Amino acid sequence: MQALYAQLLVGLINGSFYALLSLGLAVIFGMLNIINFAHGAVYMMGAFCAYFLLNVMGIGYWPALIIAPIAVGIFGMILERTMLQWLAGLDHLYGLLLTFGMALIIQGIFQNYFGSSGLPYAIPDELRGGMNLGFMFLPIYRGWVVVFSLIVCIATWYLIEKTRLGANLRAATENPTLVRAFGINVPRMITLTYGLGVGLAALAGVLSAPINQVRPLMGADLIIVVFAVVVIGGMGSIMGSIITGFALGVIEGLTKYFYPEASNTVVFVLMVLVLLVKPTGLTGRATT
Amino acid sequence: MSVLTDDTLPAGPRSIRDEMIVFAAMAALLAAVPLTGIYPFFVMQALCFALLACAFNLLIGYGGLLSFGHAMFLGSAGYFTAHALKVWGVSPELGILIGTVGAAGIGVITGVVAIRRQGIYFSMITLALSQLLYFIYLQTPFTHGEDGIQGIPQGYLFGIFNLAKPTVLYYVILVGFLGGFLLIFRTINSPFGEVLKAIRENEPRAISLGYKTDQYKLLAYILSGTLAGFAGSLKVFVAQNASLTDVHWTMSGEIVLMTLVGGLGTVFGPVVGAFVIIAMQQYLAGFGQWVTVIQGVIFVVCVLTFRRGVVGEIAHYFRRSL
Amino acid sequence: MINRISALLLGTALAFGASSAALAQDKAVKIGVLTDNSGLYSDLGGAGSTLAAQMAVEDSGLAAKGWKIDVISADHQNKPDIAVNTARQWIDVDKVDIFVDVLNSGVALAVNNLVKEKNGVMINTGAATSDLTNTQCSPNTIHWVYDTYMLANSTGQALVKAGGDTWYFLTADYAFGHALERDTAAVVLKSGGKVIGTVRHPLNTADFSSFLLQAQASKAKIVGMANAGGDTTNTIKQASEFGIVAGGQKLAGLLLFINDVHSLGLKVAQGLNLTETFYWDLNDGTRAFSKRFSERMKNKAQPSMIQAGVYSGLVHYFKAIEAMGGNPHDGIKVVEKMKSMPTDDPLFGKGTIRVDGRKIHPAYLFEVKKPTDSKGPWDYYKLIGTTPGEQAFRPLSESACPLLKK
Repeated sequence: MQALYAQLLVGLINGSFYALLSLGLAVIFGMLNIINFAHGAVYMMGAFCAYFLLNVMGIGYWPALIIAPIAVGIFGMILERTMLQWLAGLDHLYGLLLTFGMALIIQGIFQNYFGSSGLPYAIPDELRGGMNLGFMFLPIYRGWVVVFSLIVCIATWYLIEKTRLGANLRAATENPTLVRAFGINVPRMITLTYGLGVGLAALAGVLSAPINQVRPLMGADLIIVVFAVVVIGGMGSIMGSIITGFALGVIEGLTKYFYPEASNTVVFVLMVLVLLVKPTGLTGRATT
Repeated sequence: MSVLTDDTLPAGPRSIRDEMIVFAAMAALLAAVPLTGIYPFFVMQALCFALLACAFNLLIGYGGLLSFGHAMFLGSAGYFTAHALKVWGVSPELGILIGTVGAAGIGVITGVVAIRRQGIYFSMITLALSQLLYFIYLQTPFTHGEDGIQGIPQGYLFGIFNLAKPTVLYYVILVGFLGGFLLIFRTINSPFGEVLKAIRENEPRAISLGYKTDQYKLLAYILSGTLAGFAGSLKVFVAQNASLTDVHWTMSGEIVLMTLVGGLGTVFGPVVGAFVIIAMQQYLAGFGQWVTVIQGVIFVVCVLTFRRGVVGEIAHYFRRSL
Repeated sequence: MINRISALLLGTALAFGASSAALAQDKAVKIGVLTDNSGLYSDLGGAGSTLAAQMAVEDSGLAAKGWKIDVISADHQNKPDIAVNTARQWIDVDKVDIFVDVLNSGVALAVNNLVKEKNGVMINTGAATSDLTNTQCSPNTIHWVYDTYMLANSTGQALVKAGGDTWYFLTADYAFGHALERDTAAVVLKSGGKVIGTVRHPLNTADFSSFLLQAQASKAKIVGMANAGGDTTNTIKQASEFGIVAGGQKLAGLLLFINDVHSLGLKVAQGLNLTETFYWDLNDGTRAFSKRFSERMKNKAQPSMIQAGVYSGLVHYFKAIEAMGGNPHDGIKVVEKMKSMPTDDPLFGKGTIRVDGRKIHPAYLFEVKKPTDSKGPWDYYKLIGTTPGEQAFRPLSESACPLLKK
């Protein structure tokens, strides 16, 4: 039983990354109607950004937690301005193809310069060590990841669902022409939204840097799992994507305990089941 | 909700006569390859991928469904054929049949799930399903994990044709490719193909006309998967191995790229695209990871400025459909 | 149209290749370095292997004796089909005589078949699979540096002897991981140890925490990592987070290279046990070579055992073809000649090549140093045991190699 609690907790940690990434995807999808295939690549860029800040400029973990998402977010906004915006009016699938191409470029360039074996990023001294919870030894850093991601997720939800800015945003998703008529700069809003989604992915990257090696392909496989998470949860609701993210992390953690062989397929199997029972996803609206 | 807007569709009426002329020219050219001293293995590999891309194109170009998991058919059929040839020692024709039927089976199972959503969801679901299969193949013993199935005997097709001889193998692959191509060609010109196109253009209207669109889409998906599997089975005889590479998502991406470069929804585009991409991989192999970057750049450039693809542009210029 | 143009281009390119091959002389050989130039293993082989091959050519002095030796290299991207295509073209069109490096087991087995079919030569310095000299052995292949059997054998034996008699395995859930676990467990049992548990994790797992918790709960003295590449480095990194080593358990890497230790950093990797057959700081010979090598590397890296093996293997190959006098294009004959001569080079010392193609040399068990004991970059290992070559590798009596039945 003790081991089970430990696995539940560990599952929450993974769930944090799923939640942050699927939240970013949902935010982007809501506004741009694009599935951001480059999401794994920008997640990786976040981790690399933290690495450079530390090793080139001597800037540590805490500032990196703010600087890296902003830097990568700005990079994302440049991508949106220079490329993605030209796809407005075309089929959404072109957005998927374009971002897939961008992911290949970004990952390829990083692989060229940094190889594939990964770079180390140390846990900040303040969060080093662990706590003995009685039923497990919890590294403090991992506890921090869960708490911090939860805060970020809820803050994002609040921003979009409860503030004026968020209201404009949602309105622009429903009816861009009307919102423009109110004097709101819709294209700028789209750019900012893409920057926000990308920034969330980069933040997840910084958080994961001390846990996983900083590797050019760290996001490539992860993103496919997150896609499945998104299909399960449906991208209609912000809260939905957060909850599904955490929940699937926990389910995956339990699988690792009861039947580890299936732990990397369980999310996909769940996706199949959900599609068979409720094709729109657990919280999704009927969209095409 | 159509993938191919006016911007991408070739203008002008479709002319089956034109297409048949181009087809005859293509067949004659390809048949002459062994006489030219061109390295046959390159062309054989390209032919397998060309058929694969054509099968993929059937789904996206005529059904409007972008599958991001077509590698699962290629790889699965490859594994089935390889296993049947090597372990069960069956004849080549039976091996191809087993691989193709197996791919069809996978098409039925995954199709029932994937067809429940459209648009980008369909893409994500096919991607996730192929990743699921990838993990399964990684763990099942018969695929030999990362080592793959190696040293597959080529054998004698119908007991007569010695597939170990490059020239014989070449013509067998060519016949397989042309056969698959004609089947696709026939499909898109059939009433079935017309209904598919109608669904692609406007699904609600097709439904209101009384078509069970889901069944049409499922059938197109299975047909596409089966033909992709056929290409995978043929490829086993060329490469003499079956490995995880062919089930990985990067392979699915390459299939999309080939079709995109050649021209989505054009008859001959995927063939041209496959030759271009395979040649590029072959001649740029020395550049290492830059190949990935170059592929990415091609994706971006194609999507931003070159959505008709090579053949689509040519067809547009001549105001013909190709 | 496009078809025809590219066909024409192809035709001229190939005609060109053929005419230059026609000029080939009797004393000309072409070395093909088939490796991973960009992927997961590019630090282990890659550009370093090509450099090692060039250094072997320069040091051989054969050019002065009228030999013409070319080195070409290509990236197999860890894909067996790309590797076989490249290799086939190298043999058919570019007239490559010998393949070196060829890391990645899947790639190696695929190329092994082709080289046998085409009667070429392969000195495999990169692949781990011991099948290359077992069921899949070939008269055209020599497996130079290491294999899974040797790694399991050396690490398993030495650790049990040092008191690590209870083992828990963290195994990558695919054929390679299973084989590594099976071989190591056999050695552990034979040496008087006990295996108290195993957990199978999927390949390319990002998060090992739940598996590590299970290993920790088992209270085994040794946590054996039957995985490779990114999985191993991730395990080590997260093990340090969960305090596995600090809690008194030991981590044993069954397939781990100095480049992995380099990327992990000593802070995380300290205390690890692992086996290699080459280390740059072993003796004067290895130090002299490594100094020249690292000076020419872009990132000043020291040679890995795979890269050192390329050099060592080619040195022996050159001796053999020089002794043959010329016309070294019959693969089986060249390999037979190589097997008949004892090997000797500054990197791997004196050794032999067995009938099954297995190169025999000592295996070294290392412990990764504490950061405070390390005198500088790449000063990572402390030698804690040596297994003589005859005991390190799979004995011929256990081998299923068909060549032995002749």
